[in-house]
This record gives sequence, C-alpha cells and structure tokens, in this order.
Amino acid sequence: MANNKKQIRIALRNCGFINPENIGDYIARSGYAALASVLGANNPQNSIDVIKKSGLRGRGGGGFPTGLKWEIASKNHADQKYVVCNADEGDPGAFMDRSILEGDPHSVLEAMAINGFCIGATKGLIYIRAEYPLAIERLLIAINQAEEISVLGNNIMNTGFDFNIELRYGAGAFVCGEETALIHSMEGGRGEPTFKPPFPAQEGYLKKPTNVNNVETFANIPAIILKGWEWFSSIGTEKSKGTKVFALAGKVNNVGLIEVPMGITLREVIYEIGNGIVNDKNFKAVQTGGPSGGCLTEKFLDTPIDYDNLIAAGSMMGSGGMIVMDEDDCMVSVAKFYLDFTVEESCGKCAPCRIGNKRLFELLEKITEGKGTMEDLDHLKNLSKVTKDTALCGLGQTSPNPVLSTIDNFWNEYLAHVVDKKCPAGQCKALKCYIIDTEQCIGCTVCARACPVGAIKGEKKTPHEISQEICIKCGACMEKCKFNAISIK
Amino acid sequence: MEKIKLIIDNREVSVPKSTTILKAAREIGIDIPTLCYFELEGLNIHNKPGGCRICVVEVEGRRNLAPACVTECLEGMVVKTNSIRVLNSRRTVLELILSDHPADCLVCAKSGNCELQNLAVRFGVREIPFQGEQSCYKVEVSPSIVRDMNKCVMCRRCETVCNDFQTVGALSAIERGFASVVSTAFNQKLSYSNCTFCGQCVAVCPVGALVEVDHTPKIIRAIADEKKTVVVQVAPAVRVALGEEFGMKPGSIVTGKLTAALKALGFNYVFDTDWSADLTIMEEGTELIDRITKFLKGDKEVKLPLLTSCCPAWVNFFEYHFPELKEIPSTAKSPQQMFGAIAKNYFADKIGIKREDMIVVSVMPCLAKKYECAREEFKTNGNPDVDYSISTRELAALIKQANIDFNSLENVAFDSPLGESSGAAVIFGTTGGVIEAAVRTAYEVITKKPLPKIDFTELRGLEGVRAATIDVDGLKLNIGIAHGLSNARKLLNEIKEGKSQFHAIEVMACPGGCIDGGGQPLHHGNSDIIKARWEAIYEADRNMPIRKSHENPSILAIYKEFLGEPCGHKSHELLHTHYFDKAKVIEIKLD
Repeated sequence: MANNKKQIRIALRNCGFINPENIGDYIARSGYAALASVLGANNPQNSIDVIKKSGLRGRGGGGFPTGLKWEIASKNHADQKYVVCNADEGDPGAFMDRSILEGDPHSVLEAMAINGFCIGATKGLIYIRAEYPLAIERLLIAINQAEEISVLGNNIMNTGFDFNIELRYGAGAFVCGEETALIHSMEGGRGEPTFKPPFPAQEGYLKKPTNVNNVETFANIPAIILKGWEWFSSIGTEKSKGTKVFALAGKVNNVGLIEVPMGITLREVIYEIGNGIVNDKNFKAVQTGGPSGGCLTEKFLDTPIDYDNLIAAGSMMGSGGMIVMDEDDCMVSVAKFYLDFTVEESCGKCAPCRIGNKRLFELLEKITEGKGTMEDLDHLKNLSKVTKDTALCGLGQTSPNPVLSTIDNFWNEYLAHVVDKKCPAGQCKALKCYIIDTEQCIGCTVCARACPVGAIKGEKKTPHEISQEICIKCGACMEKCKFNAISIK
Repeated sequence: MEKIKLIIDNREVSVPKSTTILKAAREIGIDIPTLCYFELEGLNIHNKPGGCRICVVEVEGRRNLAPACVTECLEGMVVKTNSIRVLNSRRTVLELILSDHPADCLVCAKSGNCELQNLAVRFGVREIPFQGEQSCYKVEVSPSIVRDMNKCVMCRRCETVCNDFQTVGALSAIERGFASVVSTAFNQKLSYSNCTFCGQCVAVCPVGALVEVDHTPKIIRAIADEKKTVVVQVAPAVRVALGEEFGMKPGSIVTGKLTAALKALGFNYVFDTDWSADLTIMEEGTELIDRITKFLKGDKEVKLPLLTSCCPAWVNFFEYHFPELKEIPSTAKSPQQMFGAIAKNYFADKIGIKREDMIVVSVMPCLAKKYECAREEFKTNGNPDVDYSISTRELAALIKQANIDFNSLENVAFDSPLGESSGAAVIFGTTGGVIEAAVRTAYEVITKKPLPKIDFTELRGLEGVRAATIDVDGLKLNIGIAHGLSNARKLLNEIKEGKSQFHAIEVMACPGGCIDGGGQPLHHGNSDIIKARWEAIYEADRNMPIRKSHENPSILAIYKEFLGEPCGHKSHELLHTHYFDKAKVIEIKLD
C-alpha cells in the first residue's frame, strides 16, 4: 500500500509493525496500558465519558456514538452482561476487520476488556466468520497469551476484575452483521433480525444487556484511552471524529487498505493516495458503503468524507468499502451486481427484502438485456423506495441504495438501455452490436470461420456482414480480424 | 396502568403504556390490515415477527415506515395509517407477496377463507405488476396435512405454534433470501419428522400452504357403494362449532341438525363418539381407581400419575419426545378408536355383516385423528377399525356440496345403540373435560355415594396448566391438567424428575382442547370464538338428562351383553392399546 502522508494510522497502528502472535510485541507498543489505566482509575463512568467526548462513532456502518452505546449498556442492570465484537465482515471486497484481527488481535481483546469493565460485563464474545481461519488462529493465540499473563481471564492484573473472551463462528451470512441477527446466530438460532426495541443494550445475548461493537471501533479504543479524547477529537470533522479504514479498490492505480482522517476528500483518496485512475481513463463514480451504499459522481469529489456528508450525498460510510469506477463501467450493471449480492444475502424474513430485492434484480436484468420498458423504470423507482421504506432491518432498508443512487446520477444510462437499447459503457453483452466496417473489410473470411454460430455471411474478397439476429456477441470475430474492420457499436 | 396519549389519523387516543399502534388504532375503529400478525388472546399464542410489512404506518419524525403490530405507542406520537406513502407502500408489498404466490385460488382449499385473498380484495388489486421467478416446491401429502409451500407467505405462524406453543419443533424457516421457506429439518417429509399432526399449523395458516388431507371424495364414494354399510361417529367438539360454517354465531349447539345432516347425506347409521367417550371413562376410570388403590396399599411398582390418552397428537408427542414414560399413560384407546373397535367387532356382528363391508367414518375437530386411524395397531388384517376421519370443515363442505340447507333442518336424534351418551362425554371436547368426567365416575365408584355436586368447576378454565385437589371422601386426589404440548412438557419433565405430585393428568394438545382442534372452523385469531365454544360445551353437558358415564344405560348394557366388566378380558382385547418408543433419529430419505 502506498504510504502517504495523507494517512493517519490509529486502528491499524500496529498492523505490520508487530508480530501478532507475540504479546510482547504488542505490550512493547503500549499494549494493555490502556486497560491498566482504566482498571487502575477504577471509574467506569469516567472512562465511558472519555469515549463519549472523543466523538468515536460505530465503524460497522451505522455510525452510532460508541460512548453513548456503552453508557446505555452500563445503566441496564443485570446479573450478567456481555460484550460482543462484531467480526462478521461481509461487504464484497472489504477486509478491514480481517487485517486488524490478523495483524493486531490484542488491540481488540484489550478494548473488549475495557468495554467489559465500563459496562459491568465479565464475558466477551467475538462473532467471527469461519472463513477467516488465520484471524481465528491468531485470536486464539492472543487470548491464550493474554490469559497467561493475566491481562485477560480471571482477576485481571490483580484487580479482581474478570473478563473472559470466547469465539463464536458465523457461517458467512451478511445479515449476521446486523446486531440482532448476530445475537440470534450466536444463540444457535436462525440468523435473522428482530424488530428493535428492545435494543441489545436492553435485551441482547441470552436476553441480557449486551454491547455490540465492530472490530475497527474496538481497535480505536486503547489509543483513545492512552492519548486522550482531546487528541482523538482533534482529528476529523465536526460530527465524525478520528479516522476510517477503507478498502480502496476498483480502477485506481494503488489499491488496498488505507486509513485516513475523517474529512478527507474523495479526490485526495483517489488521486493522491490511489494515485489516479488506471490507464488515465476518466473517473466516473465511486461506490462507498458496499452493497448498502451508493455511487458518488464527480460533483462529490471535493466533499469531505464523513458519516453525514455521505448520507446527504445519497450514499453511506458503511464498513468502508470504496470501489472506484471509470468510464468503462456500466452503472446499471453495477447496481445489478450489488442487488445480486443482497438477493443472495437477504435472510428472507420480511417480504420487501425477500421478494422486493429479487424483483429489483429481475428488473435490472431485464434492462441490461435490452428488454426493459419505461414502465419498468417506474416500477424500479417505486419498488426501490418502498423496499427502503418498509424493510425490517438495515439490509433491506439500504439494499436499493445502489439502484437509487445510479438512477439519480446516471439516469441517462438507464434511458440508453431502455430507449436506445444501448449500453453506453459497452458492458452489457446483450446490447453489444458487432459491426463490420465495409471500407476496412477485405473479405478474408477469417471472421466467418471464427464465428461459432455462423452469423457472418459474405463472398470471398467482398465485405462481410454480421447478422444481428444470429450473433451471440462472443467477440470471436473481432479478436480474429487483422484489419480492425470489426467494432462494437 | 400508566396511560399515554397519541394522535392516530388526526384523532387523539389514550392507551395504556406499551400498547402497540395496531391495538391503539383498533380502539378507535381504525382497522390496519395485517397478514403475519396473529394472536390468540388468553391462550398464550403470539406471532409478531413484523415480517410481512403489510401493517406499516407513518410515524412522524421516523425515517422509515413502522410496522404497527410491533411498534409501541409513545407519548405524543403522531401516526398516519392511510397517507399516500403508506397506501402505496402497503399495496406494493402486497403486490410483491402476490407475485410469488400461485394464482390458483379457484381450486385452493382456502379460497373464500384466505387472509391473503381477503387483502387482495380489500386493496382492490387487479393486476400484479411484478413478474419473475416463482417459488417451486413439491407438494407433500402426509397422513393428516397437505403442505404446499408454493403458497407460503413466510408469516411464520405455523413455526410459532409448532415451536413455542407445542414445543414440537417440526417446522422452522430454512434457506435464505427468496428461497427461504418454512420446512422440516433437512427438508424431509412431515412423516419423517417428529410432527404430532396436531394440526395447529393448519389452524393458523393464513393461506392454503397448510391444509388438511381431504377425505370427502372417499366418503361420497363409500356412501354410494350399496355393498357397504357406512357408519358415522361425531366427536363432542364438532357440535359446538359446525354451526359457524353456516353463519350461526359461535357457540351454537347444533347436535340435532348435525345428526339430520348426516342422515340426509346418506350415512346408514349416525352414531356418537360421545357414546364411546362414556365407554372410555369406564375403562380409564377403572384403570385410575385400580392404580390408586394399589398405590394406597403401598405397591411401589404402580405407575402414577395416570395420563389420559384420548388425544392422538399428545400420544404422538410422548412417543416421540418422552418414550421413557410410555408405560405411564392410560392404555385406554381414544373414543374414536373404541368406537371403531366396537362398531366393527360388535355392531357389525349384530346387524349381520362382515367387518370388511362396514365403513366407519369419524367426524372430528382434529387432524391427528386421520393419522391415528391409520396406525397399524388399529387394523385387523389390514382393515382399519376407523376407515376415514374427516374434520368439522370437511363435513361442512360435504353438507354444502349436497345442497342441504343446514339452518332449516329439523333436529334428529342419534341412532341406537351407539348413540346414547351422557353429559360427561360432551365435556371431552374441552380441556379439563376428560378428567372431570373420570372424576364424576371414580368418585361414585370409590365412595359408592352419589356426588354432592356434579360440576367440578375447579377443573375448568383456559389457563395452560391447572391443578386441583379433589376430595373423594377423604382421599385427596391431585389432578393436573395441561393443554398445549409446551404445558404438557412441563408436567412430563416434573414426572421425569420425580417431582410430580399428581395422581392423574389430563393432556390435550390444542389450545382449549378439541374445541380449537386443527380441524375446526377457522377462528382467524379471534379467541372469543373459542371461548364461546367452551361455554357451549358446558351448556350441552347441563342439557343432558344423564351426566355421568357409568349411568349411561347403553354402556351398562354393552358390558352386560358383550364386554363383561371394565378392564376385563374382552375390554383389553378391544379397548386398550400400547405405545411405542418412537424417539426420532432423523433419517434422511430422498424421494
């Protein structure tokens, strides 16, 4: 990853610098000092206040103020409370949480123990995808090592505080990133969300008050405790403090994980950290927030990135996916790609998500196949709005975002597919039209012989012609033509 | 209770705290449409997954529409239930549900009684704008229940009754997204699961996804067959519910019209399961007295408490879930099977026909009875004691088909000799009734004194688990009663742990007992209907001239003439059964 002065590493502070399988390395970089200071001060409310004042918001996507969440959980009294780390990272292309767990597992364990002390919980659970075997291995090693030196387990640092962490494995359901679904899954039930309230802070795991935070959120905690809320809140924008890790991907020259201060612009991310678009093509859009987010166009390149600005621009922070698209990307296909994902990942509990997403996908498929009508576009818009408005959980409430934001920003592309039966980016196979330029064609018959379906007709040494009815748009003819006589229209 | 005020559709309403918007709106006459929502008040059945999103409303200040069925009212809330945004969303969601539902209403068992169809009518849906893939599942026909998951709307009501109320756990949502559906473990047939066939899933299904197996064509054919003598028996709970199918108010007692209708349908003999209920009391009551007497004499081997065995879903339940307790229940067959045994082994002889030429039909409030009569141990050389069991709903369909004007029928009495019965038999139709009937007889047999009071009101009620101590002339008889298999499970666990204080326990699988069996007219979540049937059962009991089983002259006559004595040799042969260890190891069967 390009090292760049625009980056500030808080959540990723230790990644790559320490041996994650050696607790000594972590301790050498002030590891477990935050826990020691919190336990030593023995004032949970004070520590919660530090987190509150730091302005840290949930990095899993929702952006709920972390300190406030802790405070609510701390005020609900029960014989047992739980701290849960949400490591069910599921956005396509996102691997922020995995990197933290693989590169710096102790930072999450330490934060969970701090959280446990603050809200009065003695048990911690990490809900992690079973598809992350290395992260699991390193977490287990880290837990063992931490318990050996009593920074985790019973009677931590001789303070009498007990905090034990166990892992729970997810089977790879995106919806289990939603906290109520995650809790049901941990309890052995079907991973599906339930209506809130009650919130997990009131009635969570095994009906006990539970605080659920994401991996990246936790990774920020020890740094905030050690360096103070003033330091943390000096980074970022008015309502979004600190940094955010993004998985920068797509058509940029430098791809990979980046950690940048809130308030950075998309232009800085794409052109400075990402070092511009591949092959110097034109920037078209950037998708943030993964399948729940939206596409942002050129007009938002200079908008400071934070929770609220992204939502105002029709997208969202999400867990930090950032996919850059250039002029060759078809935005209808992009929307279809994300819908394909949400159709697959819907739990099926509520009708708008179960059936609505499926119908949205089918409408997009119809459009990319050149069979869409103007009426279909009306249905697409209405169905997107209704699904957003009526779905039970965050998955269904945001799954139409890619459709809505591409409709908002690239309406002409939709029209081109529907009215002109053309894909402006030339991506939609069914809409591709292979044409032979009669000026260039010398009638060598190579293309006709290459065509698997016999769509090309013509006498030897006279210009050939492609029958559009027969053509299956495989492109074999274009590949074989030595005279550049075949093009896509 | 703390009250809060809110505004719904510009009208102020004051409701107790934690009332849902749905209920608050209903208080002021605003009926928000629902689909998945289901509640049987007073019977502890709640299904509120907030999944169908038909009941969404607009709450001022909230970003998204809120489901009225689960959103609690807050002070000062401003709710709109019919704004254009709400109406459009609701309609779109309904269109979505319809877009994945077969449009074969013409031939659907639920047509005319389908909650989804009602919504489509109410919303005036004339076309479905969304076309696309439709769910495609194989229709499964089990001994009692037909499952057509193509029609499932994922309301999850069946799952809730099966898991929460019955703790059977045969049904659960599987798969995800568009493919998600309610099914059995490993998507196996119901018969391979531990389904008890209680039929409560059918009773609550809003659409035609779960319906009873229809035996009416077989019955029409049997009646038409001149070589066959067709005998019909009617269970007690049928007479307090059938009227609903013909527009009568819930709780109407239609015994006379029911008998008339069966005659009009062409059954050769119209008998009463109440008769064999009285017989059951003679057998089960004797068994109870025998076990208690031995117990009081210090016999350590005696199995107590005695568990009733009339309810076939309950029998399935303990065979599947508590096979280690299979020696405890009474060995008395259910009234349906006692009737069948007597009809084919006694009555057939009496009228001079072979058992093969007799068809015994039962009309039951129950779907498990279909499974029960097909059990191998109730067959002689492959010929079942009861050939077909039909539900109250199927009988209503037969009557309608045969253009019989039910409401104008003159009352007709049951045929003799298997038609005479007592009030004790009628109350078999509701929770607590079997044990009350048994106590009425046991008391007089033990004490040899007449009952000071026939009505044991302490045994009555609709609470899930009830307990009472009956003083039988100094002998304190501890009685437990449970309806709903979750409640039965609690009592069985106590027995397993050796903590049970009861001498006898009555169990019925369905809420309220047979009055709300899986084969009864659909109540659509209105528990007032069940309460009306419950009251009617006791009214029917009060109307009977004889109210104790052991005073039924026809019963006394059959012991004298044929059976000998209760629990005697002949009784054991015909009227008693045994149970099997059916603890299920799920077998994966591919077919």
